[in-house]
Amino acid sequence: MAESGSILGNAVVRLEDPALLTGAAKYVDDLASPEAARVVFVRSSNAHGTLVSVDVEAAKAMPGVIAIYHGSDDLGLPPFQSFPMVSESFNRPVFATDRVRFVGDIVAAVVAETNAQAVDAAEAVVIEVDPLPVIVSQADALSAEAPLLFPESGSNVCFGTAFGADEDPLEGADVVAEVAMVSQRLAGVPMEPNGCLMVPGEPDGGITCWISHQAPHSVQPALTAVLGLEPEAVRVVTPWVGGGFGPKANVYVEFLVAAAAAMQLGRPVRWAETRSENMVAMVHGRDYTMKAKLGLTTDGKIVGLDASVVASGGAYPALGAVLPMLTQMMVVGVYDIPKVRFEGTTVVTNTTPVGAYRGAGRPEATQLIERVLDVAADQLGIDPAELRRRNFLDPAAFPLVTATGGAYDSGEYAKSLDAALAAAGYEELRAEQARRRAAGDSVQLGIGVSAYVEVTAPLGLHTEYGAVEVHDDGTASMSVGTSSHGQGHHTAFAMVASEVLGIPMNRIRLINSDTAAVPHGSGTLGSRSLQTAGNAVFAASKEVLVRARQIAAHQLEASPDDIVTSEGGLYVAGVPSRIVSWEELAVASRDASLLPDELEPGPLRHEGDFDGENSTFPFGAHVSVVEVDLETGQVTMKRHIAVDDCGRILNPLLVRGQQHGGIAQGAAQALFEWVQYDKDGNPLTTNLMDYTVPAASELPSFEASNTETDSPRNPLGAKGIGESGTIGSTPAIQNAVIDAVSHLGITHIDMPCTPERVWRALQDAPGRVAS
Amino acid sequence: MKVSLTVNGTARSDDVEPRLLLVQYLREVVGLTGTNIGCDTSSCGACTIHVDGESVKSCTMLAVQAEGASITTIEGLASNGDMHPMQEAFRTHHGLQCGYCTPGMVMAATSLLAENASPTEAEVREGLEGNLCRCTGYHNIVKAVLAAAES
Repeated sequence: MAESGSILGNAVVRLEDPALLTGAAKYVDDLASPEAARVVFVRSSNAHGTLVSVDVEAAKAMPGVIAIYHGSDDLGLPPFQSFPMVSESFNRPVFATDRVRFVGDIVAAVVAETNAQAVDAAEAVVIEVDPLPVIVSQADALSAEAPLLFPESGSNVCFGTAFGADEDPLEGADVVAEVAMVSQRLAGVPMEPNGCLMVPGEPDGGITCWISHQAPHSVQPALTAVLGLEPEAVRVVTPWVGGGFGPKANVYVEFLVAAAAAMQLGRPVRWAETRSENMVAMVHGRDYTMKAKLGLTTDGKIVGLDASVVASGGAYPALGAVLPMLTQMMVVGVYDIPKVRFEGTTVVTNTTPVGAYRGAGRPEATQLIERVLDVAADQLGIDPAELRRRNFLDPAAFPLVTATGGAYDSGEYAKSLDAALAAAGYEELRAEQARRRAAGDSVQLGIGVSAYVEVTAPLGLHTEYGAVEVHDDGTASMSVGTSSHGQGHHTAFAMVASEVLGIPMNRIRLINSDTAAVPHGSGTLGSRSLQTAGNAVFAASKEVLVRARQIAAHQLEASPDDIVTSEGGLYVAGVPSRIVSWEELAVASRDASLLPDELEPGPLRHEGDFDGENSTFPFGAHVSVVEVDLETGQVTMKRHIAVDDCGRILNPLLVRGQQHGGIAQGAAQALFEWVQYDKDGNPLTTNLMDYTVPAASELPSFEASNTETDSPRNPLGAKGIGESGTIGSTPAIQNAVIDAVSHLGITHIDMPCTPERVWRALQDAPGRVAS
Repeated sequence: MKVSLTVNGTARSDDVEPRLLLVQYLREVVGLTGTNIGCDTSSCGACTIHVDGESVKSCTMLAVQAEGASITTIEGLASNGDMHPMQEAFRTHHGLQCGYCTPGMVMAATSLLAENASPTEAEVREGLEGNLCRCTGYHNIVKAVLAAAES
């Protein structure tokens, strides 16, 4: 909660909004560049095959064509390693050479004067492919007859992780609950598809790369390597970005092609991905098959967990391939589980590569443990909320390290569960459910509970750069290595700087998303920005204030301890009439004649890296209330109650927005979305209708609230909130759907719980009486 | 082909390719990039504008079909530098995050209220089902539209 007089903790509307609401904000495809050529990619329509020939002759003669690149004229681009932890034997040739490995694999790139001309010429490129057997599923990849996608690697397994192999974690259990389930393949679907504008010449004979991305500093090394330029000659800038959700943290080979072409041609090259292209070219998320056995005593105490997952990395393994590591860490969830065995395997398949998507490895863990707990509750005859409560980690034990190595900072899991149950009116809901069951209503009520903990700023992403400077015009600027793309960082960080310095928020600029303006950074992903860059701004603001007070004290002939802040500048407490303005302070800071002896002249500025020393672990509990029509299988979300604890809250408006969006995407996995392929590897969901991104009419308003348990790992007490809604909501909703029909003997329905799937489960239900 | 029309109150006439979509015309010829493109199947609604006062997905029309029409885009919604009440409501209620769907969503919402000045929540949700948003879960968009209707 906010201290008296503090802006922190208050709902503050966003500084970003006027530009976005009036159409003034420029996304990458809005940037004017009349001289830019357009690049369009020619992609494989075969999922797997030997590339026999690529004939570009007819296409080259088409109007407006400037250049066509392909395997035999590949711009000198070496095979690309998407993620360093995966063996180089799975590297992606930027242009498919001897074989194609998924529908969407790049065979050629056409550069033309206009987009229409490039599209026309791309149609005229003739590709000949001899089909090879196709691997779509994890089971396909691991079967004895499976072809090898990368024969030189000797296996379709591209990553593995294992834990606790030596002992039987279920020993001593009275009851073993078991699930085999999927966390289906999803598409991130930022509303702005991928795109870039590569402008050669600046800086210094190099190139400026405008990219729709979450982490410009991560793209720069990849571009620098393939272009053979010095880092300072490759400037990467992300303008306004229309959503990311993880997939835009990936480095795309399309960027490398566009940049290399721009350098070779000596003119700007623009790529604007279409949505149909986006659905096959942008990395997907999830795609796990999962198994769990949970051992418990008859009174509902967990003895141990035996779990395994097989992830699909897609055709060219990227970050998604290593996410089973995070699943392993988080598989114990909020529970005291003494013994754990876990095995994670990632395979390559003839599908779009898999990367990070909102949650990235943690939703899968939560889905698995929360589902098997519900199965256990059913078996034991214990209420699912009660079973969870009996096994929560003891709040007095924090900080703690779990059996699987999660270094949890703080948590009080009963607090959020109790709040969620109270907000839901859990007992009344159970009574209404019992009434409908007894009456044999054709529309049954389902109540699903989930309790979760997740890891934010994971994988070593807990440090970040931040600088604050006060300028001669009295305004301030904040430079950070995170990269805002919808989260409202300008607002959030300006609240922090304004709180310390007193300068009004609307006089504080944010500088981010530009490698020429910010020396280093890890971007915005893994719900890391406030806890890292926010704290870096907090620390830098405080250092700037220390210097400003010394300068003001010198001028006012007072002690720095007596100097206080105001919107306009600094003054001695009790004497606001004699104010040293921020303009004067900034100027004086560089003028030795105006400084006390102990200060060196220089800008009124401080920069540094904040190090949180470890990740933080937000948690919460969700309750989902659904209706299931037993005649049609239709599921309707009636209510969704979320209590998310992201530590101390800076701006509840922004937190609520993240909760809402997260819940919607989590609901989409539970009920609607699924990237599908046929047995030949042809994608079946390449537009937003087939993929069924939910619309406003398919979702209810949400009942989102918070508990606040400070993180001890940073001065703002903050944990991430970006992914919590997604992680908490999906299992609650899946559990609710199954709960609605569990009295009929149904123990599991896989996601997405579509009407067809629910209807089929009902037809096969042992307890169903035909009506 | 020649097309003559009014865009945000200004009459203009341009030579365009017959296959040019209205959204491409607005973005590439007129230079109004506030109208965004989010798909190629008329599913997302990011490109929603007003054609003679009614909301239209501008990827579903050819530029030449707008002959004689009066077009309003997001850039034409504010008057004298003051944001339209719907724009204000979106800001007050945090009805936008990345902002990409926002121009289309705001145009669709103003059109919705022109047809039904006091809609229920369900009517707002039905009325906006042609416009997809990936950030907000629609919660605050619906809240903003209901608040704009109130005022």
